[in-house]
Amino acid sequence: MSTVRPTDRSETAATAFYTPATMPIEIDIAHVAHLARLDLSQAELDGYKAQLGDILDYATEVQSLEGDPSTESEHPLGLVNVFRPDERRTSLDRDEVLAQAPESQDGFFVVPPALDTE
Amino acid sequence: MTLDALTIAEAGARLRSGKTTSADLLAAVLDRASRTEAQLHAYLTIDRGGASEAAAKADADLADGIDHGPLHGIPVALKDNMCTRGLETTASSQMLAGYLPPYDATVTTRLRDAGAVLIGKTNLDEFAMGSSTENSAYGASFNPWDIGRVPGGSSGGSAAAVAVGSAFGALGSDTGGSIRQPASLTGIVGMKPTYGTVSRYGLIAFASSLDQIGPLTKSVDDAAVMLEAIWGHDPLDSTSYAGEYPDPRSEMGKDLHGLKVGVVKELAGEGYEPAVEEAVAGMVQRLAGEGAEVVEVSLPTFDIAMSAYYLIAPAEASANLARFDGIRYGHRAEGATTEALMARTRAEGFGPEVIRRILLGTYALSAGYYDAFYGQAQKVRAAVREDLARTYERVDVLVSPTSPTVAFVAGERVDDPLAMYLSDICTIPMNLSGDPGISVPIGLDHQNLPIGFHVMAPSLGEPVLFRVAAEVERLAAFTARPVLEEVAV
Repeated sequence: MSTVRPTDRSETAATAFYTPATMPIEIDIAHVAHLARLDLSQAELDGYKAQLGDILDYATEVQSLEGDPSTESEHPLGLVNVFRPDERRTSLDRDEVLAQAPESQDGFFVVPPALDTE
Repeated sequence: MTLDALTIAEAGARLRSGKTTSADLLAAVLDRASRTEAQLHAYLTIDRGGASEAAAKADADLADGIDHGPLHGIPVALKDNMCTRGLETTASSQMLAGYLPPYDATVTTRLRDAGAVLIGKTNLDEFAMGSSTENSAYGASFNPWDIGRVPGGSSGGSAAAVAVGSAFGALGSDTGGSIRQPASLTGIVGMKPTYGTVSRYGLIAFASSLDQIGPLTKSVDDAAVMLEAIWGHDPLDSTSYAGEYPDPRSEMGKDLHGLKVGVVKELAGEGYEPAVEEAVAGMVQRLAGEGAEVVEVSLPTFDIAMSAYYLIAPAEASANLARFDGIRYGHRAEGATTEALMARTRAEGFGPEVIRRILLGTYALSAGYYDAFYGQAQKVRAAVREDLARTYERVDVLVSPTSPTVAFVAGERVDDPLAMYLSDICTIPMNLSGDPGISVPIGLDHQNLPIGFHVMAPSLGEPVLFRVAAEVERLAAFTARPVLEEVAV
C-alpha cells in the first residue's frame, strides 16, 4: 500500500509526495464520479472505490522510474500539428445526423434546461 | 477443403480462375456462421442484404474485367467499433444501441474500394475495454477451440469469426493488445501496424494516442494484403502519417541470415505458462537454426509499462467518452436539467468496466494527482521508447510470447480487473511506443489450445516484421483448425 495525497503543483519530483506507507490511496469517489458526470448509487461508488484502490496501488509502480527521459513526444513518428486551408467542404447531412439524436426539432438538438430553475 | 477454410489468397485465386464466385464465398461464410454463431457469438450484426449486393457487384465487375485487387470479392468482417454508414454500430455498448452512423470510417471506405464484401460487425468488449470479449453489453463471445473459454479481446468476435471460418479476414483495433492477444488465443494471425499508418477516422475512440486498427487473418500473407488495403495517409485523421510508406512485402520470403533477433528477458518467467514458454523458446531456436543471430535483451521499462498504460489509456478514455452525454446520439435517460440527464444517461448506458476506467482516468487527471499518476505515466512512456531505441541499435526485431497464457476459462477473471489486465503484458509496450507487432500461431498446448508468437519491430519496420513473421509461419507449419460441434441456429 502507498499514500498519494493531493499536492501542491509546485512539487515536481515524484518522491516529494510518494512515500511507501500503510495508508491506502485517498480517493474521494463521489467527487470523481461527479467530475465524470456519472450518477452512481452509494453501493456502486463503494464497489468502484475498492477496485480503483487496487488498480491505483498497482499503478504507483510508475513512480519507480529512475531518472527523467530526455524526450516526451505524443507521436512515435514525431508528427506536428496539422493545418488545412480554411475552405468550405461538404459536411455530414444534417437530417441524417439529427435522425440519430434522442430528440430534435427544427434542425436543433433538444435538451432540458441547463440550469436548475427550482 | 470447404470454401470457408481458404485463406484470402487462396479464395482470390479461385475467384480469378473462375472456379468460384464471390457469392459462393459469401454463402460459405454465412453457412459457417449459421452453424457456429449459437456457440461463439462472434457477430453482433450480419448484413445479409448489403453483403449479397456487394458480392453480386464483385462478380459482375470481374466478369467485366474490373479487378480491384486481392480483396476483390472477399467477405470480411469489421469490429463493431468501426463506423458503417446506415448499419448499426454499437461498440458493444447499450449507450449506442440502435446507432446508425451517418458516415463510413476510412477503413470501411477503403475496404469497399478494394472490392471487399463486408459481412457484418463483430463483437467486442464494450468500447474495446477488455481482454476477453466478456464485457460486451450484448453477451460474451467464446473461443472456437473450447467454447468454455474466452476468445481473448477486445477484438474477440473478429478473432473467433476468422478462426472458425465465418469470415476470411477481419479488422480489429489494438489499444493494448486487442488484435494480437485474441489472435494468439484463437490460433490466427493478428497484426498491429505502426501508429498513425491506418486512419482512425470513424473508429469509436478509446485511447487516441494508443488505438490502432489492423487485420486478423488466417495467414501472414493475408495480413499484409489487408494492411495494404487499409493503410496510407488520411487527411481526416490529424495523427495520420503523411510520409513515405514502406512496401510491407518487400522483405517477405527472404531468409533470416544476418538478422538479429532479440528475446525480451522481461517477457518471461513468473506468470507465464510453461507450455507457452517452451513453444516460444522452441521457435527461437528454430529461427537461430535458420541463420538468425539470437540475443537476449533486457528492457527494464517493460516491467512498469503496464502500470503506465493503465493510467494513460483510462485518462484518454475518460476524455473521449465524455461525448456520450445523451444529447446528440445514443441512449438518453430522463433528467430535470441537462446535467442530471447526462449523469443519469452515462450511469445507465455504460457497463461496469467502462465506468471503472472513466473513474480511474478522471482520478488520474484530476487536480492534485496529475503529476503523481498521469504525468509520471507519460514519463514512463517516453522511457519505454528510449529503451526500445537503444535496443534497436543492436537488434532488428524483438520476440516474446503474445500472451503469457493460452485462452482462459470464461468467467475466471471477470471479477478481478487486475488479473484481466495482466493478460496484455506482452503487447502493451508496442502501444506505448507506437511500433508494429504481430502474433503468429506456432502450436497447441496439451489441452489443444493455440499458442501465439509475438514479433515486434521499430516504427515503419513492417517489411522486417512481415519477413520474420512469414518465416515463423513457415517453420511452425501450423495448420490445425478448431473442431467445433456445429449446431444449427
